[in-house]
Amino acid sequence: MSHAVLSAAEGAIPAKREITTKPRFSDRVFRAVVSSGALSSLIILGLIFFFLAFQGYSVLRSQGLHFITSSNWQVVTDTAGNVDPKHTQFGIAAMLIGTFLCSLIAIIVAIPVSVLAALFLNFYAPPVFKKIMVAVVDLMAAFPSILFGLWGFFVLMPSAEYWAKLIHHFFGFIPVFQVDPPIFTRSPFVAGLVLAVMIIPIITSVSREVFSQTPLDRIQAAYALGATRWSMIRAVVLPYGRSGVVGGAMLGLGRALGETVAVYTVLNIVYQVNWHVLLGAGGNVASMILLKFGEAGPQEIKALMAAGLVLFLLTLLVNLGADLVVRRSGGKGR
Amino acid sequence: MTTAAMVKPSKPWQASPRQRFNSALVYIAAIVASYVIVAITPMKGKLAYAFVFFVAFIVFDFTLNLFSRGFPVAKDAIARAIVAAGICVAVFPILSIIATVIIRGYHGLHIGLFTHDMALNSVTDPVNQGGLLHALTGTAILVLVALILSVPLGILTAIYMTEIRGRFMKPIKFLVQAMSGVPSIVAGLFILSAVVYPITKGYSGFVGSLALSILMIPTVARTSEEVLLLIPNDLREAGVALGGTHWRTVAMVVVPAARSGLVTAMILGVARIAGETAPILLLTGGGDKVNGDPFHGPMGSLPFYIWKSYSVGTPESITRAWAAILVLLAIVLVLFVSARLLSERRSSK
Repeated sequence: MSHAVLSAAEGAIPAKREITTKPRFSDRVFRAVVSSGALSSLIILGLIFFFLAFQGYSVLRSQGLHFITSSNWQVVTDTAGNVDPKHTQFGIAAMLIGTFLCSLIAIIVAIPVSVLAALFLNFYAPPVFKKIMVAVVDLMAAFPSILFGLWGFFVLMPSAEYWAKLIHHFFGFIPVFQVDPPIFTRSPFVAGLVLAVMIIPIITSVSREVFSQTPLDRIQAAYALGATRWSMIRAVVLPYGRSGVVGGAMLGLGRALGETVAVYTVLNIVYQVNWHVLLGAGGNVASMILLKFGEAGPQEIKALMAAGLVLFLLTLLVNLGADLVVRRSGGKGR
Repeated sequence: MTTAAMVKPSKPWQASPRQRFNSALVYIAAIVASYVIVAITPMKGKLAYAFVFFVAFIVFDFTLNLFSRGFPVAKDAIARAIVAAGICVAVFPILSIIATVIIRGYHGLHIGLFTHDMALNSVTDPVNQGGLLHALTGTAILVLVALILSVPLGILTAIYMTEIRGRFMKPIKFLVQAMSGVPSIVAGLFILSAVVYPITKGYSGFVGSLALSILMIPTVARTSEEVLLLIPNDLREAGVALGGTHWRTVAMVVVPAARSGLVTAMILGVARIAGETAPILLLTGGGDKVNGDPFHGPMGSLPFYIWKSYSVGTPESITRAWAAILVLLAIVLVLFVSARLLSERRSSK
């Protein structure tokens, strides 16, 4: 039937509706609103970068690469009280090293514990026990960091000091475990342990999720071939979940790198490079920002903004790594 | 007539009485060994008991299984012991934290905590004077404003990921994850540089809420996304088949179906930010009396109160800090349990 005939019969037969896949006006508005809402994360991250870079720019330009390679932090003022830009130095190398040290200890302690806990929850625990434990671990991930800080200071530190002395006694010949002078309180070791307690729930829940996605047919195949539970885990679960565990560990690392209050409470922040993990002196970029913020002048605040920018980029990088690793996960294994 | 032999049903996977006896013996032997070894060697402390018990248990269990069932089973037994030790180490801190908070915070609790503020008291006063009212109202206002700011953005992000599934889905997924990794102090510095220095030039509750909502958006977005993914596709198809546009389907079918899950997402977001301290220290400061105006003046909050009491360091103030932590922990616990119950009800429907 041609178009002409149709329009001639108008009135008798309703005109044929145009069939189209074009979205309606209301849908277009809907899509625009939702998409712009979803872009908020991009905008916020972009703004964070922009404003921190804007504030920290003058410091970053005058200090150059020294900002992350030197560990001098001194504000020099002339006799009139103005900041002397020539002699003022900002360098956060000591704090960066401290950040890595604490996070490294946390990761080393947390990964084995979390992987074992995740294995237990998935393959050993009775169902009721598993349900309770999963809730408890998730709850722990929601605890505020100041709680970990105070617990670390009042409860963990006395024990950790004793453990540190034991390590020093038996492994003191290894350079990183040397302690001179013998001050064991508020060391990077303690801070690392507190951070480990904080990130264990994160790594555990990511690992548990990855392990639970192991294809059932492979697990059953392994059992059918006569595997014990442990040899099944080693042959099937661990190869399958390896990259997921690494991704979870990097998420935990991201949290550990940026932790402020918990580290501030348990760590004795000393502005020097310290590789001796048991010695009571260390630092962390985030807690240094909090420490110096109170009495900082305008120029120093700019430097703190620049330090914040470095920290921001660092965590972004770690998260990017985690994302790449997790995306690659699955599909492998014997 | 043939006599059918009645076969007694056996359960070969269950432990026989003999095996049960043997494993009980292993436990007892390990406990005895730990006492004896700690007593005769210079090792001391609870850690030594736990460590020796663990080693002794592994040795005995391995030997028992090696002789009764062979090497592979014995290896499996070692692995089981190590894995069980792993969960113990993971869970021990949380039990210790909860016990510590309850034991130490209990002394600081009194009814006045919820009816008085600290305007007339200092944190070094005896514990039964003054209270948390300013901190509780402050935290409530901070959380409420952050909720209003972040929930729409978080849920829109989730809807984009599950309903529109547009071109930018993967990058946005990554960005949300990256945002959840932003350290809280960086969020604080950002608001400081973007809002406080150019515009407001002083402490206020609102700027604190801005920083908190940066931390809250990713939690809300990710949880809502998971919830929306659980809504069966049949519902969406039914909505479209009845002639609904995309917008009507999402607004009147998908979102109502996921309502309780979305509430769960909000609750988890609140639990995430209720105790956040670092941005509060930079942005809202903390007054000692109730301040109901989020736009002017410093505003007290639970984390600030805890921080301040802890920093002063007298026995009274530290008891106050623990009491405030107990209140904060109770709030987090209530939020968390209600989120669990809500999602439980949803999944059982």
